Amino acid sequence: MNKIFLIIQREYLTKVKKKSFIVMTILGPILMASLFILPVYLASRQDDKQLVNVLDETGLFFYKFENNENYTFVPVISSLKEAKETLAKQGEYMLLHIPATQLNIPDNGVIYSDKQPTLNLKGYISGVMSKELEKQKLAAEIRNEILRNTPGYTAGNDTTAVDLMSETILKNIKTDVKITTYKTGSGGEEQKSFTEMTMVVGYFGSIMIYMFIFLFGAQVMRGVIEEKTSRIIEVIISSVKPFQLMMGKIIGVAMVGLTQFLLWIAFTFIIITAVQTAFPQQFKKTHTEQAQITGKSVALPNETAPAAPNSITADTGNDDMNEIFEAFSSINLPVMIVSFLFYFLFGYLLYAALFAAIGAAVDNETDTQQFMLPITVPLIFSLVVAQTVIQNPESPLAFWLSMIPLTSPVIMMVRIPFGVPTWEILLSGGILVIGFFGTTWLAAKIYRTGILMYGKKSSYRELWKWIWYKG
Amino acid sequence: MILQANSVTKKFGDFTALNKVSIHVPENSIFGLLGPNGAGKTTLIRIINQITGPDEGEVIFDGKKLNPDHISMIGYLPEERGLYKKMKVGEQALYLAQLKGLSHHDARLRLKKWFEKFEIQEWWDKKVEELSKGMQQKVQFIVTVVHEPKLLIFDEPFSGFDPINVNLLRDEILELRKNGSTIIFSTHNMASVEELCDNIALINKSVKILDGPVKEIKRQYFTNSYQVQYRDFNGTPFQLNEPDFEILNSTVEDEIRTVTFRLPSSKGPNDLLSAILPYVNVIAFNELIPSMNDIFISTVNAVNGNQIPEA
Repeated sequence: MNKIFLIIQREYLTKVKKKSFIVMTILGPILMASLFILPVYLASRQDDKQLVNVLDETGLFFYKFENNENYTFVPVISSLKEAKETLAKQGEYMLLHIPATQLNIPDNGVIYSDKQPTLNLKGYISGVMSKELEKQKLAAEIRNEILRNTPGYTAGNDTTAVDLMSETILKNIKTDVKITTYKTGSGGEEQKSFTEMTMVVGYFGSIMIYMFIFLFGAQVMRGVIEEKTSRIIEVIISSVKPFQLMMGKIIGVAMVGLTQFLLWIAFTFIIITAVQTAFPQQFKKTHTEQAQITGKSVALPNETAPAAPNSITADTGNDDMNEIFEAFSSINLPVMIVSFLFYFLFGYLLYAALFAAIGAAVDNETDTQQFMLPITVPLIFSLVVAQTVIQNPESPLAFWLSMIPLTSPVIMMVRIPFGVPTWEILLSGGILVIGFFGTTWLAAKIYRTGILMYGKKSSYRELWKWIWYKG
Repeated sequence: MILQANSVTKKFGDFTALNKVSIHVPENSIFGLLGPNGAGKTTLIRIINQITGPDEGEVIFDGKKLNPDHISMIGYLPEERGLYKKMKVGEQALYLAQLKGLSHHDARLRLKKWFEKFEIQEWWDKKVEELSKGMQQKVQFIVTVVHEPKLLIFDEPFSGFDPINVNLLRDEILELRKNGSTIIFSTHNMASVEELCDNIALINKSVKILDGPVKEIKRQYFTNSYQVQYRDFNGTPFQLNEPDFEILNSTVEDEIRTVTFRLPSSKGPNDLLSAILPYVNVIAFNELIPSMNDIFISTVNAVNGNQIPEA
């Protein structure tokens, strides 16, 4: 064990001290931060106002929408069909339709637009609507409470029913409002469009895993080839077992990757915070305020005043960042983070062992091509299929691909933000761990023989033979 | 006996790399492991280093079956050797010494001593790629011996060294033996075998075909042949009335004739001298001792000649 630690230490220190590592560590956050800052900057320069037609069949919400410098809300009193026709004629208008409901709480909004409505607008609308619904629910609850405490009120056996009802209402006071978006094409066809943050988060997660596997898996492979071509390998394996060397390398590189990843996140936040403090006007609503708002809506039942001040103010307009934070809160964050780290780590470990085996099987990097195919195909395939999976995260295809260990790290990450049954996550995770042991066992066999083979062009048949050599 | 391999067999698929090979390496000696390319020497060395395990047979080190505890007692300089090019010399030497089980502190102390001995202290902070090949070999030698192993295995240690460094290295190897180490020495350089080795084993096509102390082997191959040189002004070949003395060779160069005789086992050098002295003026006389090179070539050829060539 002590020797594995020495190997990990060497791998880690030599890689972290490299110039390329330092350059990447500095450049990465600048790129990432600009991804966050640039849209904010661009949005702050944009000054054309958008008109939003509101067809509010419930009559509950319209007057709650406040105009600001980006949006003007205009009431529409006509049928949905007419409203849509007007929209088609006038082009730049956006139509928000809140259908009336008979039994359920009206928590649905539909946006029709020929443009993609910004996350901003959607966030604002759902914010206002849920706030209003919460207010209504609370009022109903308070009414019940008053009724129960009225001396003349005799409901007989109804008392318990009322109690139960108020409890359910309390539980349901936190309301999620669904805003669906339909893009109205030029032909008037309606297409469902996706701006859901869940997708962005899932897709971002799987791309990170994909990149991590490729970047750092390839580093493992290059490290093995380096040891082979510099011929130090035989000196080392006369001191340690080949398996120890392979695992030490894989773990060392993983730690380099994690270090880089954490530094990126830290630096990105530092840069963003620095920019935010330097240009406060562009970032009016800080996310501490945001936290207050969520805090209030949770704390509502305990408050005496039913109506919390409507703190979702109209000037949210420019802040994309807060929106991202807001959207994050709609996802089950602990599950997301734990499963991201899990798939990140084990996905890498599974593939890194294969990369190490390839490195051992060849004499130089140009020879790696023929063996890279079986590794790159499932990875690229899963990233391509991920786009289909996003549209239909419950399909059999999505299910099976998230069970196969070669594709599950990428595919599962796409699905998790949409909510995946726990047993599926556990099963897929279990299969991935078993897959990791399997590939490592296989790779170690190839590695053990391959590192001492020189000059021979290895073929798949050759590798197959190596697997069955006795220690 | 520090190391004993008992009928070790190793197969790679259908290929047999070692076929029931046994060797015995006495303590505090230099043991030569000889054989043509591809004979199985490296496989045997890798088994001793526990890089691979034998399919059959066993290896006994210092009275015990070879086990992972022995790794720190063995130092190995492979034929194909190298260092991490981008790493600093000192850092790398420390790393490799620690992999052999030395503590960081001990490794540093001992390395410093060796670097002083070889007068290469100023290389400590240089990157390996900045050193010449010969310099790298010196560093490599140091990391092989720094943990003071009981058994040292050198695979072609002199390749890549200039003559001055070959001498330096040879002296070091002899000193290691003086200090109690045992050395297994695999090489094609027969001159160095003759100079250094106490015992040898010759492996050919995965089978051991010859082994024993160098002196005894030479005695086995002793042919009772002698070389005589005398002045020959008129260029007449030598005539001798002794049918027992077989003339193997006779050449003349710059009026000096060299004749090689082989004697029957009943006769000695004095018999030959007394037979020829009446006729010629002898200016040189010496016994023809077979070199290890001759023994190597004749033994390998004899074995290969008697074998049906493999398909």
